[in-house]
Amino acid sequence: MRGSRRHINFELQSTFNMKKEQDYFRDLVEIRSMMERSSKFLSLSGWAGVMAGIYALIGSYLAYYVLDFRPEELSDPSATAILPDNFGQVVLLALVMLILAISTAIFLSSKNAIAKGEKAWNATSKRMIYNMAVPLITGGLLILIFISKGWISWIIPLSLIFYGLSLYNASKFTFGLLKYLGLIQIGLGLVAACLIEYAVLLWAIGFGVFHIIYGVYMHIRYER
Amino acid sequence: MKISLHGLHKAFESRVRLGIMSALTVNELLDFNSLKDYLNVTDGNLASHLKALEKEKFIEVQKSFVGRKPNTSYAASKLGRKAFNDHLNALEQLIKNVTE
Repeated sequence: MRGSRRHINFELQSTFNMKKEQDYFRDLVEIRSMMERSSKFLSLSGWAGVMAGIYALIGSYLAYYVLDFRPEELSDPSATAILPDNFGQVVLLALVMLILAISTAIFLSSKNAIAKGEKAWNATSKRMIYNMAVPLITGGLLILIFISKGWISWIIPLSLIFYGLSLYNASKFTFGLLKYLGLIQIGLGLVAACLIEYAVLLWAIGFGVFHIIYGVYMHIRYER
Repeated sequence: MKISLHGLHKAFESRVRLGIMSALTVNELLDFNSLKDYLNVTDGNLASHLKALEKEKFIEVQKSFVGRKPNTSYAASKLGRKAFNDHLNALEQLIKNVTE
């Protein structure tokens, strides 16, 4: 009788201790999750990367084969202001791709955030976007300056390099993997600066192929 | 005494307060609405927990205006960071002791 009571007591005590331990454990899990959720935007959509890659591949195909865009023929600085007749169409194509890619990213990431019960436009997504915007806008303005001087061949390396820098910067506030996508774009941009005749191809690899690879990987890893 | 035998601070018994401190240790400054979004709590609930942490001097309050709307932001104080850190260490220690 005595023995059995002691046995019961022991059992009671051990479940009591276990519950406490689980509580502490849950506290730590919660702390970790809060630190991550409040410092990183984790709703960035993988599909948006795939879509951006597809737009980029279509865009570079159209620029190269339909509009016959050959930046290497436009690298002579003395040829200032002699732009090809259809250069306006190339710029328009680039703008359409940019707007499509950005709006797809916003749309799909908002959907992701809402599905998780979070707001898409919150402190973390704001921080990520501001950090992305500084290198991106700097690069955009520099490209406009180069176009105004007629240095067309520099558009592609500059766009890759500054886009890469903006991804690298943004990666601190979202999935860390974005950092490597950024470094790849910077590397391709530097190669494109040396080998202008392959610039369109390198741009298609950077903005097209690597976006798709990154997007598929993110989707498989985090969204399925 | 506000600190238990195990080194756990009373102020962090509530998960909401734990959440507030976690968010404020990785963010320099957060406003009321951002905290509310992260924690998924009502205005009144959040306000009372913030008050409690403010009373302990674990957080600092900064009032400003965004346009004409008043905006209150919160930051973890040095004291708060230290207390939170000690609490985390105590939690870790407790789990270690039980699993060993």
